[in-house]
Amino acid sequence: MTASPDAPEAADPAAEPAVARPASVRGRLVSATARRSRPASARRRRRSSTLVLSLALMATGVLWTVLAPSGSAQDSAADSAAVREGRALYLQGCSTCHGLNAAGTVSGPSLIGVGEAAVDFQMSTGRMPLAKPGAQAERKEPSYSQVQIDQIAAYIQTLGGGIEKPEVSEEALADADLMFGGELYRANCAQCHQAAGEGAPLTYGKYAPALTNATPEQIVEAMRVGPESMPVFAESQIDEEGATAVAAYILHMRDTPSPGGHKLGSYGPVPEGLLAWLVGIGGLLGVCLWIGARQKV
Amino acid sequence: MTTTSGPGAPAPKLAKRPSPVRKMNRAVDERFHTQRSLRENLNKVFPDHWSFMIGEIALYSFVILLLTGIYLTLFFDPSNTEIIYDGSYVPLKGVEMSRAYASTLDISFDTRAGLVFRQIHHWAALLFVAAIIVHLFRVFFTGAYRKPREINWLIGVGLLVMGIFEGFAGYSLPDDLLSGTGLRIASSIAQSIPVVGTWASFLVFNGEWPGTNFLPRLYVAHILLIPGLLLALIGAHMGILWFQKHTDFPGPGKTEDNVVGHRVFPVFAVKSGGFFMMVFAMLALLGGLAQINPIWLFGPYDPSKVSSASQPDFYIGFLDGSTRLMPPWEFRGLGHTVAAVFWPTVILPGILFTLLALYPWLESKFTGDRESHNLLQRPREAPTRTAIGAMSITFYVVLWISGGNDVIAKTFSISLNAMTWAGRVGIIILPPIAYVVTKKLCIALNARDHEIAHHGIETGIIRQLPSGEFVEDHRPKPDPVPDHPVVPTHRFELSPPGEHGNGHGKTGVATRARKAVTGFFTEEKAEGGEEPVSGARH
Ligand code: HEC
Ligand code: HEC
Ligand code: HEM
Repeated sequence: MTASPDAPEAADPAAEPAVARPASVRGRLVSATARRSRPASARRRRRSSTLVLSLALMATGVLWTVLAPSGSAQDSAADSAAVREGRALYLQGCSTCHGLNAAGTVSGPSLIGVGEAAVDFQMSTGRMPLAKPGAQAERKEPSYSQVQIDQIAAYIQTLGGGIEKPEVSEEALADADLMFGGELYRANCAQCHQAAGEGAPLTYGKYAPALTNATPEQIVEAMRVGPESMPVFAESQIDEEGATAVAAYILHMRDTPSPGGHKLGSYGPVPEGLLAWLVGIGGLLGVCLWIGARQKV
Repeated sequence: MTTTSGPGAPAPKLAKRPSPVRKMNRAVDERFHTQRSLRENLNKVFPDHWSFMIGEIALYSFVILLLTGIYLTLFFDPSNTEIIYDGSYVPLKGVEMSRAYASTLDISFDTRAGLVFRQIHHWAALLFVAAIIVHLFRVFFTGAYRKPREINWLIGVGLLVMGIFEGFAGYSLPDDLLSGTGLRIASSIAQSIPVVGTWASFLVFNGEWPGTNFLPRLYVAHILLIPGLLLALIGAHMGILWFQKHTDFPGPGKTEDNVVGHRVFPVFAVKSGGFFMMVFAMLALLGGLAQINPIWLFGPYDPSKVSSASQPDFYIGFLDGSTRLMPPWEFRGLGHTVAAVFWPTVILPGILFTLLALYPWLESKFTGDRESHNLLQRPREAPTRTAIGAMSITFYVVLWISGGNDVIAKTFSISLNAMTWAGRVGIIILPPIAYVVTKKLCIALNARDHEIAHHGIETGIIRQLPSGEFVEDHRPKPDPVPDHPVVPTHRFELSPPGEHGNGHGKTGVATRARKAVTGFFTEEKAEGGEEPVSGARH
């Protein structure tokens, strides 16, 4: 799991082949609305295209070879140091479950076509590598550095493309329309993650986690990837502007001090009722006892 | 009516010249004959026991509900009309919402002290219903509802039901997502009633759900109809209490025909006034420090949206729980379909509240006890009743926990399905277990009391008799030993009324205040002493 010294520089450009997905894949995943350009994304796209146009042909080739049953495809990805590093890391830490060529085993699904967004989401939230099998992978401290995560992501991206890692800039967050984000959040997310983003259980030990720790990137990745029981919110449903607004709204909710005092976990009537009984009734019964004891005459 | 058997004290010197206040007082009396009833009522005797103050928590919460509620009515607009929000809560600026929701946001963000009033109001609502429930337990477990007080028990059950409806109406007013979700469930419950359901729901909601004109109706119910009813019921409750007089636990000097305690003035009045301030302080603390019902996070009601963990306030929780535990069984027959919600939300509370209301009569029917009782029982003295109470509480608590099972599942990382099944099993096996255990416990405690009353208190000193037998020394129980087993409490140290405190040297603040005011109101000699007094019960 050691990252080579030159990995940092190598990681960035190598992460970009994502854009060079075959047109057919892109058309399936991304709708026209998503391509409505905004300054930040346009800049990013221009940069990435200049950086990786040269790799486009190669990546297309990789995709088709990978889709073929033979396992020799990985060798042709050796051009990029980052991808090579990523592959090494992958073989070391992930292949036991996801298979030597990422085609999946009984203990883990295939990663071909999941894309770098999925890898970044799963690894930066610490869900992968999976610690213990259970109803659902849990969020924990990530066990890889961001550089290593990017390398593995780059490697997985070469295996059939997939959703690229979204970028959420500080400015975009600051400019985001909170009202729009709130509307989208209440319409699409609150039914699982609860109105205040405190999370809630689903069936059979699964749960929608609290959104208290997710970074803006992870929020957008989660929407695009739809991990486990969470549905995918593709750009055709919630475009980039909307996704940023949702992230901004979630950050706003959790970072704004509540005007009414202690939040009680923002969990609504259950903790409220508990407090009314324990502190309200409990405290006043204590007062009754105290007054009663003082009246002994 | 109430005569005192307190010893006479030397009459305080009457003022030589009547003061202007006194003259006015006399003038009022000459016209309205107020003195006699004032004298009687201020001299009324109330017994002391901490548990007799629980009802007061409910009463004072209600007063605070009225006060804060009146403030809220100045700003709240119960209208379904849709407008575009333009207040100071940024994330909702520009959202289309009803005036009701917008005005609640304005109360929260743009009205002086609006949010703290809203929060005190809501906390007071929770405390109100919770105090009613605890008060009910006190009355139940001491047998205070027995003849002649069955009617006041019935009124109490009415107050509980009305309090629950009032709270639900209030919870539904702001027209946020939680309110709307709750109302929608209420409408489907109403519709589930066979034959009349659809019609009843149409009547209440003024047409198909969500009716266009429903909030104004709900508002009238919340601020006029139900509070009016509550006020009338509370008046009757207190009036009957005043007339029948308070019960008390047995003790020296206490009989079925007297009341031992403090007079309304000054001790009881001062104590109660102080306690009101305590309740108010508690609610002000909660309202000022703990956020309740942050409607701005839930967003305006929209039938297509729902938040997970949408819970009702705690007093509705048991119905939510029964719905969650009930398997989704629908019944078809006689040309009707009875929806699954009908059983846990209509039939179950119907049975529960009917049993609760009829309990005094059921008990007297089964025990054959048709006597009047003014002395209370301690829970252990009536093992069957106490066991029934424990069983019912267990039943209620299982439903209640199940109503919040998603939050519990999330907090303690338990599977929600496991919680549901634990609730289904628990609701069947836990209440009987509670019954048996409580009954055994009561009987054991009684046996111990009996032992103490007849053999004295164990000293732990073991002696060997010459015969070789071991015996434990027992200290005799302190006198006076009543003829029923009662564990010694501080009351045993009380000297019977009249033995001391005949006015000599007793000039505490309370005594002086009482003397002054009694003299002022009645122009009669003041009674001596602040010691407990006993009044005849006629
Ligand atoms: C112990 C077995 C195990 C290991 C080790 C493991 N995974 Fe997984 N992984 C799983 C399982 C099982 C799932 C599917 C269920 C889940 O997400 O919990 C999964 C899901 C994923 C997904 C999401 C797939 C999708 O369809 O969105 C990604 C991406 C992923 N793993 C990447 C990795 C990477 C990268 C590593 C190595 C750092 C890794 N995993 C190590 C078992 C494992
Ligand atoms: C059907 C329920 C459901 C809906 C709707 C849903 N989610 Fe999720 N979400 C989940 C589940 C389940 C997970 C956990 C996935 C896992 O552990 O692999 C999750 C995980 C996440 C995470 C990762 C949290 C963390 O701490 O790692 C984020 C962020 C997130 N969701 C955001 C959203 C947003 C934003 C929306 C609305 C656009 C949304 N979700 C809608 C079920 C849902
Ligand atoms: C006459 C007495 C009362 C008046 C005038 C009154 C008035 C109001 C008004 C105007 C509102 C809506 C504004 C708002 O939600 O902030 C409200 C809400 C509410 N009322 Fe009352 N009310 C009274 C008594 C009660 C009682 C007895 C209860 C409970 C047992 C109660 C429980 C509630 C609740 C739970 C809410 C929702 C509060 C919230 O927004 O969080 N009210 N009341």
